[in-house]
Amino acid sequence: MERLIYLDNAATTKTSPEVVEAMLPYFTEHYGNPSSVYGFAAANKEVIIRQREIIAGVLGAKGNEIYFTAGGTEADNWALIATAEAYAAKGRHIITTKIEHHAILHTCEYLQKRGYEVTYLDVDENGLVDPKAVEDAIRPDTILISVMFANNEIGTVEPIAEIGKIAKEHGILFHTDAVQAFAQIPFNVDECNIDMLSASGHKLNGPKGIGFLYIRTGVKIRSFIHGGAQERRRRAGTENVPGIVGLGKAVELAAASMQERTEKESRLRNHLISRIEKEIPCCRLNGDRVKRLPNNVNFSFQFVEGESLLIMLDMKGICASSGSACTSGSLDPSHVLLAIGLPHEIAHGSLRMTLGADTTEEELDYVVDSLKEIVAQLRNMSPLYEDFVRRQKNQEN
Amino acid sequence: MYTEKVMDHFQHPRNVGEIENASGVGTVGNAKCGDIMRIYLDIDENQIIRDVKFKTFGCGAAVATSSMATELVKGKNIQEAMEVTNKAVMEALDGLPPVKVHCSLLAEEAIHAALWDYAEKNGIRIEGLEKPKSDVHEGEEEEEEEY
Ligand SMILES: Cc1ncc(COP(=O)(O)O)c(C=O)c1O
Repeated sequence: MERLIYLDNAATTKTSPEVVEAMLPYFTEHYGNPSSVYGFAAANKEVIIRQREIIAGVLGAKGNEIYFTAGGTEADNWALIATAEAYAAKGRHIITTKIEHHAILHTCEYLQKRGYEVTYLDVDENGLVDPKAVEDAIRPDTILISVMFANNEIGTVEPIAEIGKIAKEHGILFHTDAVQAFAQIPFNVDECNIDMLSASGHKLNGPKGIGFLYIRTGVKIRSFIHGGAQERRRRAGTENVPGIVGLGKAVELAAASMQERTEKESRLRNHLISRIEKEIPCCRLNGDRVKRLPNNVNFSFQFVEGESLLIMLDMKGICASSGSACTSGSLDPSHVLLAIGLPHEIAHGSLRMTLGADTTEEELDYVVDSLKEIVAQLRNMSPLYEDFVRRQKNQEN
Repeated sequence: MYTEKVMDHFQHPRNVGEIENASGVGTVGNAKCGDIMRIYLDIDENQIIRDVKFKTFGCGAAVATSSMATELVKGKNIQEAMEVTNKAVMEALDGLPPVKVHCSLLAEEAIHAALWDYAEKNGIRIEGLEKPKSDVHEGEEEEEEEY
């Protein structure tokens, strides 16, 4: 294959060379266990503290409120399960939404099997959660509200500050899965009244398998992984020092370039959206047009199926993803697309393209040209399109 | 994920299209699960399938099985066409990933639905053919939103 156009940065990103370079010495030279007494190893403790400070600086938090985890999934599991356990005496009710990542949804199902009640809030046709609906769902036994900062499929950015305010007024803990939003959207945990926040390294040009949970001082959730005394006894296990260093570097770079990068991405994103809308008939932009991640484009193309679309794009060197059932291994299309009210057959024809720091306009123009061809080819093969054309002819006569 | 044969039939599907005044047409599957297959048969007076065309909405496996199924029934008589089972289609494609096996069922069903339509139109009975169960209603005015 000559060309590779990577438009799946919401799935994962390329680890940037500076990050790899920063990590390497921690495999071969500074390999000591940070808990050891001798100076050679103990220096790594300081290194970890420095990374915490970098991350905390971006969030407007304190260094000792950052707990490293093995990624976004662990942070989500930890926030939900440990809160549920710690606050069980107060109540057993959790509020979340229908469009969360499976790391949240499946953890909620796990808790439901153990006697917790979960309210899954609806979203509107653009994927937005109504803060009023959050407030209305609050009960005396509500212990946690968890709403994602930005959705990974359709890119919708939720009204987190408003929801945080409501949570605070009612004295309820507020967690947000910010895996897609952290270092993409500027925000501050105090201004948004966030008590816990999950993030992941590999979505921001950092390494995979490393992330963190921010826990506001005073939140009394306990350890989730039991063992040694690392992470102030809240998350056991010898620290992934190279991973933590890589995450720190990635966050530093992402925060420094945030404004410039996201401005460029938004411009390219809008270019891609407007060309598709102008040049490909019967399509629909999924997600909010304005309250949207700078790098997310998600379209449904009527009468075509997503997996076919992905294979054809792959043959042209274009990497993207879809919410069709056939790409998820189940018979149902993505829960997010169903939650915004798409009929099944339209949800099956969805395509997500997520830009990265290196994406160029020229690449996107090639993508649109390819997409036009592919969609036309698949429609030509589609019995649904045939019926549509026939219906239109009948209407004309 | 897919065999070379599947990829070949997906990239270069054989017999895509429609047949005007077809001897039999069958549409099976539903948009809800993401697969719809339509097969057109042109059958001559000796009950030989002279031509066959298909249209499919679905994943790579659905397109490839439709394509292969049309290849397997073309030129056969209707009794021979009855022997083109989902297993035969799958074997001809060198297999499908386990999660995609259900796609191959549609190809067999679509051929049967088209043969049923032919049999009904001509008032004949085809040995071993049962009324298709999952035929979607053709030309039904679903209130689809258009974008
Ligand atoms: C919104 C969201 N939450 C959680 C995760 C899981 O993160 P990780 O892959 O680091 O476990 C992802 C990434 O797939 C995500 O997009």
